[in-house]
Amino acid sequence: MEKLAMGNYGVYVWSCFGLTLAVVVFSDWRARLRHKRVYREIEVRIRALEERQ
Amino acid sequence: MWKFFHMLASPPHFYRLAAVFAPWLAVPGLALIAYGVYAGLFLAPMDYQQGDAFRIIYVHVPSAYLSMMAYMIMAVSGGIGLIWRMKLAHAVAAAAAPLGAAFTFLALVTGSIWGRPMWGTWWEWGDPRLTSELILLFLYFGYMALRGAIDDIAKADKASAVLALVGVVNVVIVHFSVEWWSSLHQGQTLMKKGGPAMDPGMLYPLLAMILGFTFLFGSLLLRRVRTEVLFRERRTRWVREMILSPEGS
Repeated sequence: MEKLAMGNYGVYVWSCFGLTLAVVVFSDWRARLRHKRVYREIEVRIRALEERQ
Repeated sequence: MWKFFHMLASPPHFYRLAAVFAPWLAVPGLALIAYGVYAGLFLAPMDYQQGDAFRIIYVHVPSAYLSMMAYMIMAVSGGIGLIWRMKLAHAVAAAAAPLGAAFTFLALVTGSIWGRPMWGTWWEWGDPRLTSELILLFLYFGYMALRGAIDDIAKADKASAVLALVGVVNVVIVHFSVEWWSSLHQGQTLMKKGGPAMDPGMLYPLLAMILGFTFLFGSLLLRRVRTEVLFRERRTRWVREMILSPEGS
C-alpha cells in the first residue's frame, strides 16, 4: 500500500500512467474501428456493383 | 535492394506486409512496456530530489520523444511524396498525424501533471520547451484540419506536405530549446556527452519504455497506413479482387 501511495505523489504518478494507457487503448480502438468502417463501405459498394452487373 | 523498396512502395504489397508486421512489432513493444512499467514503478530507486514523482518520466519522455519522431516521419514522408510522387509516402504522412497528436497531447498533459508538484505550477508560458511543444500540437491539428478541408486527395497531400515540411523548424526548436534558452526543464540527460547522466536502475526501465513505445507506435502506424491505403485504393482492381476473394482482408 505504501508503494502504491508513491510518497504522497501517487495521484500524480498513477494519473499519468492511467492517462497514457487510456490514450494508447483509444488510439488502437479508433484505428480498428476506422479500418472496419472503411472496409465495410468498400465491400458494400463493390458487392452492389457486382449484383448490378 | 531497390527492387525490394519498389515492391514495398506498391500499395497491395504494403497492405499485405503491414498486416504481417504489425503484430510482430506490437508483441515485443508490449513486452518491453510491461517490463518498463514494473521496473520503473517498483524497482527503480527513488530520486533523491523528486522522490517518487520522478517515475512520471517513464511515460512522459517516451511520449515527448514520439511526439517529435511522428512529426519527422510525417514531414519526411510528405517530402518523399512531393519529390518522388510516391502515393504510399503521403498515406504514411496522413496516418502519422493523429498518432503524433495523441503522443504530443500525452507529453503535454503528463508534463503538466509532473510540473505541479515539482515546479509548483501546471503550466509556465515563459518556458520554451512547453510553449514549443504546444505549438507542435497545434501544428498537428492544423495539418489534420488542412487535410480534412481539401476534398481532392492529391491536392490535400501536396498542401499538407508543405505545411509538415515548414513545421520541422518547430521540432528543432522543441529539441534544442533547453540548450538555447533558460528553461524549467533540465538539460539533455540521455544524449549527454560522456553517456547518460542517470543511475542504471532508473535508466534501463526508461530505455525499455522508449523502445517499447517505439515498437508500439510502429505497429499502430502500420495499421493506420493500411486503412489509409485501403481508402485511397478503394476503386482499384486489387482491392476489388481482395474483397471478393474468400479470404477477404
